Amino acid sequence: MASEYSYVRTDFLGESPPPARETGVIKWMRENLFSGWLNTILTVLAIYFIVRLVVGVWPWFANGVWDADNLAECRQILDGATGACFAVLSDRWTQMLFGIAYPADGFWRPTLAFILLFPSVAPALFAQYVPRKFLIATALYPFLAYWLIWGGTIMIPIVTLIGFVVAYFAFIRLERASGFFMGFVGGVVAAAVIWYLGGFVTDAMSGFLALPEVASRDMGGFMLNMILGVVCVSLSLPLGIVLALGRQSSMPIIKGICVIFIEFIRGVPLITLLFVANVVLAYFFPPGTNLDLILRVIIMITMFSAAYIAEVIRGGLAALPKGQYEAGDSLGLNYSQAMRLIILPQALKISIPGIVNVAVGLFKDTTLVSVISMFDLVGVIRGPILSSTDWTGVYWEAFGFAALLFFVICYGISQYSQWLERQLQTDHR
Amino acid sequence: MSTTTDPDTRPDGFRLGMLINDTRYRSYTFQFIALVLLILGLGYLISNLLDNLARAGLNISWAFLGEPAGYDINQRPIEYTSQSTHARASMVGAINTLIVAFLACISATVIGVVAGVLRLSNNWIVSKLMSVYVEAFRNVPVLIWILIIFLAMSNALPQPRTFRGDDATSSMLFDAIAITNRGVYIPSFVNGAGSLVFWIVVIASIVGVFWYRKYAKKVLYATGRMLPTFLPSLGILIVPGLLAYFILGRPVTLEYPELSGFNFKGGIHLRLSLIALWFALAIYTGAFIAENVRAGIQAVSKGQTEAAGALGLRPGRIMNLVILPQALRVIIPPLISQYLNITKNSSLAIAVGYMDITGTLGGITLNQTGRAIEAILLLMLFYLVVSLSISAIMNVYNNRMKLQER
Repeated sequence: MASEYSYVRTDFLGESPPPARETGVIKWMRENLFSGWLNTILTVLAIYFIVRLVVGVWPWFANGVWDADNLAECRQILDGATGACFAVLSDRWTQMLFGIAYPADGFWRPTLAFILLFPSVAPALFAQYVPRKFLIATALYPFLAYWLIWGGTIMIPIVTLIGFVVAYFAFIRLERASGFFMGFVGGVVAAAVIWYLGGFVTDAMSGFLALPEVASRDMGGFMLNMILGVVCVSLSLPLGIVLALGRQSSMPIIKGICVIFIEFIRGVPLITLLFVANVVLAYFFPPGTNLDLILRVIIMITMFSAAYIAEVIRGGLAALPKGQYEAGDSLGLNYSQAMRLIILPQALKISIPGIVNVAVGLFKDTTLVSVISMFDLVGVIRGPILSSTDWTGVYWEAFGFAALLFFVICYGISQYSQWLERQLQTDHR
Repeated sequence: MSTTTDPDTRPDGFRLGMLINDTRYRSYTFQFIALVLLILGLGYLISNLLDNLARAGLNISWAFLGEPAGYDINQRPIEYTSQSTHARASMVGAINTLIVAFLACISATVIGVVAGVLRLSNNWIVSKLMSVYVEAFRNVPVLIWILIIFLAMSNALPQPRTFRGDDATSSMLFDAIAITNRGVYIPSFVNGAGSLVFWIVVIASIVGVFWYRKYAKKVLYATGRMLPTFLPSLGILIVPGLLAYFILGRPVTLEYPELSGFNFKGGIHLRLSLIALWFALAIYTGAFIAENVRAGIQAVSKGQTEAAGALGLRPGRIMNLVILPQALRVIIPPLISQYLNITKNSSLAIAVGYMDITGTLGGITLNQTGRAIEAILLLMLFYLVVSLSISAIMNVYNNRMKLQER
């Protein structure tokens, strides 16, 4: 066959691999690390920073001494080399976790309470995956945890629990018959009666299944942060819902009260509220009442977080379309029914991520109690540990440990919140 | 049927039961009950308070504010001696609070914006580094950061005496700034004759820069002609000031800190507690601001960038004219609530001994005079006023920036 071309190739060439700079690691690096001069500078700076950090921290960490009685001994073992003195952790970890006064033979009690916390809150946190009936574990947990941590006879939490159960059933019955308001009053009366009668029972059976009692002032360390965080968040949720509903209310006086309360609390720092708990709050109780400092702090922190949670829930309420409120009205539901059955389930669902954020912030803020000389984790480190002659000056190790504890919990919670946000995202984008 | 005579259905009839059952009156009933309960509750608390005060032999009195304080404040922006009154001490504390809050707000914004933008960078290693920064600081209590930074600084920074002699191990930055474990010494301005004119010129030139940029924008929108902004702004900022400085014969000089004895003298002494608090608040809140900035930029849909690109705008202008105005609308409200948080968190100064208002009025004054109720009321009032003013600014801004819907 004649052709004007001198050579025509008739067989296909095999596929050649893409150029080296367009594949694999090199391509990724070109695109992600060195795509321009600015990016290259940033990358080099970042790598330099990381290398400096690792080179600086690694020997400190690796040479760490875990077994010594005091700082001098640590220095002796290290013999001039850089190294951490983690011995402060192995020596004082019980103080950091449980405070300085909690009886040593009772450490299993808060530990058990802490471990039980996870299965107990799981039904509430992972409502889609855990059957509803397990929610009863969540409801029972506070009573069990109180008994484990504070000790005393188990009859006290049991009587309290019975009071709540009776109040609940009284509320259900009375609400059907004569409305929410009467139901509420009836529930409160029923609980009061049960608790009054229960007082005699607990007095009579004070030895029944009794753990050694631990006074509130003996609580400390990370346990105190956990107690304050968990108790205050759980207590402030219902209070926050009430405040948010009050602020959305059309009644000017109720709205005004709620607005003033919320804005006042949100306008002042937590420290001033803790000062109130420490020195002023006692003046507002009848003469002779002697409330624990921990209880007074719980009252103030609960008010504090309730104001913030109320704002989050108000956002949720405002985000609901008006049609939902109108739908409730057109079904003939009264206010409490419409709120309970239609509005709140949706509004709370929207506000969960925000509530979790408030909870994380509040949990971090529980460290502020160290300022009013309570021995929480930070207080224990600043007080008994860093001011002891053995361990003065080992602040990196001690505070690093504290930071790690908080980081693990807060990071865990915020990851949960992000997961939940994805779960709740029902719109398709 | 005698429905007409039935009193229950008479249109103008009013029965007591309607206070509960009729929606017209029910809200009044509830509000009345709430008001009565509130008054009773407050009355109960106040009667307890008065009762307790009477038992303790106390009363409510504000006279302590006029008495001499008798304690020293190490960081005093206004004149103060231990003979000054408690009111004066509180004022020093209030100014100290505002100083640290102001410094921290500015630096937190800078840190946060940089970190937030870098976190969105397509540079993998930088964006990961920034997420580590954000997560590490967001999830650890600010009090722990303040204490760590304060202790680390006071242990790692050189002592003033290492600046001494020929074999000094530390030296001052630019011969002007001394960073020691007692704090940072920076030069201060010494105002000579004619300095007032100089400062007026400086302020006027700053105003002039803003005015010029506004003018350039107006010209751009009106005629489409683009005036150069960078060089003229720089000129307006620097030239008049320099001219005034030399014409007036150098009215303003710097006083440098100098070693004398075992410490530095002269210049402005920023206490370590101030530096540590400032730094900790800035870097902690910066992490939150970074998240806000990231969310704000991500909230601007990608189509906006592409549309601006299709119009032929350069990347810098896309950012300035299209992305930022929309992102700012999302960023500013949470940013301002972060400023509120900084102001409130600055009360943690008490943990490192910086004398802010919590340390003076809520700390030493309270302990010395025992006037707990009065001191804490004043303290709360101060923070409330600051918070409410910041919120008011935020509301004004929000109203101005609201989408103009037609």
